Amino acid sequence: MTEPTTRTSRPFSPPTRFAVPARVPVDTPEATRWRTATLTEIRRETARAATFRLAVPGWPGHLPGQHLHLRLTAPDGYTAQRHYSLASAPDDRGHVEVTLDHVEGGEVSGWFHTRARPGDTVEVRGPLSGFFAWAGDRPALLLGGGSGVVPLMSMVRHHRARDLTVPLRLFVSARRPEELIYAGEYGAETTAVFTRSAPAGVPVGRLTAARLAPSLSDPPAGGWEAYVCGSNAFAEHASRLLAAGGQPVERIRVERFG
Amino acid sequence: MNITRGFTGLRRGERAGLPPGQYDAREEWPVLSAEVTPELSPSDWSFRLGGLVAEPREWDWEAAHRLPSDTFEGDIHCVTGWSRSGMRFGGVCLDVFLRACRPLASATHAVAYAHTGYTAGLPLADLTDGRAWIVWECDGEPLTPEHGGPARLVVPHLYFWKSVKWVAGLELLDHDSPGFWERNGYHARGNPWEEQRYSGD
Repeated sequence: MTEPTTRTSRPFSPPTRFAVPARVPVDTPEATRWRTATLTEIRRETARAATFRLAVPGWPGHLPGQHLHLRLTAPDGYTAQRHYSLASAPDDRGHVEVTLDHVEGGEVSGWFHTRARPGDTVEVRGPLSGFFAWAGDRPALLLGGGSGVVPLMSMVRHHRARDLTVPLRLFVSARRPEELIYAGEYGAETTAVFTRSAPAGVPVGRLTAARLAPSLSDPPAGGWEAYVCGSNAFAEHASRLLAAGGQPVERIRVERFG
Repeated sequence: MNITRGFTGLRRGERAGLPPGQYDAREEWPVLSAEVTPELSPSDWSFRLGGLVAEPREWDWEAAHRLPSDTFEGDIHCVTGWSRSGMRFGGVCLDVFLRACRPLASATHAVAYAHTGYTAGLPLADLTDGRAWIVWECDGEPLTPEHGGPARLVVPHLYFWKSVKWVAGLELLDHDSPGFWERNGYHARGNPWEEQRYSGD
């Protein structure tokens, strides 16, 4: 049979709203090259979390919200790889930071938390994925749970470092004040929610529709770009609150970790 | 090779049988999706096959369940590094749907798309000959919404971002058309055994 030529090159778009376009071009050849990074500083954030600062010669630069791929290698060649969100704002001095929870039995986080010291070397590549990136150009509504705040903090730091005036709001959820990562860095843009125990006068409980309502009922011009990051339970809860509160689902970006 | 001082590795015993760079998630089945989980009931679900086919077709929940059932049993591999062995998915082999529509000789690739609009680009050869399924059960239970229920695509020999959750259809094309993650820097094919994670790999 004769094939209808009109169909062969027709671009295909799915018949629904999602498929948020990539926010940034992904510079693949540069981003997929493994580079040796040197640990230059370790900062304790909470009893379970610490920030690891890495010098990465040739790092191509990143946008807040992107992540890197990190590889540890044993003397016999055995390797372990993980993806970690970048915590630091773009830094033209060739440094990046990641903030890691000490996962019980964690092969990579365990090494970082119990063995790593300045001067050690690991391998990294990136930045990876344009989907969760925020270029600082659109109003951003950020919802983070636990260490899910890490890529969102990169956005907050970027906003401050560049003196951006585009609206930015951060809601961060932690079990208790002593588990709140970056506690000393939050400003007027941030609302902290505590699910197990809270400082005196602060209610204990999950993020609620009522807490989000003022932001959602009075969005900035052009509307919010929403970024949700955390455990799957947090991501489900927070993304459903946003959708129920009127945030368009095609403008909710979700990053979950198991 | 850069040796990391003091790193010896904890999970060597679990590496057997896994593609390079993967670890065993054991009983965990992490949820990974970039979008809000849709509220999609079986009565709202449908699966459409179109593009370069002789006869475009659409199946609703009941029609799809009248097709011969099939089971995939085996391992799955996520690009973020975890693998899970011994999965058992129940549904219908994709070959059954494709035979009903008769792909044209010019069809070489497909875009699989979800009811949410999520997309994945695949070579057609990765979807045929008993290597892909539309599934609605996992380990004998209905597939949960977080894992793509009521029905998802499963292409277990590729990284799992190709196994589109809440699958709505396949569009057959005569060229590769990057899907959601492929446009965000991931590999066009995504073969775990060759560690095709990112488009430069």
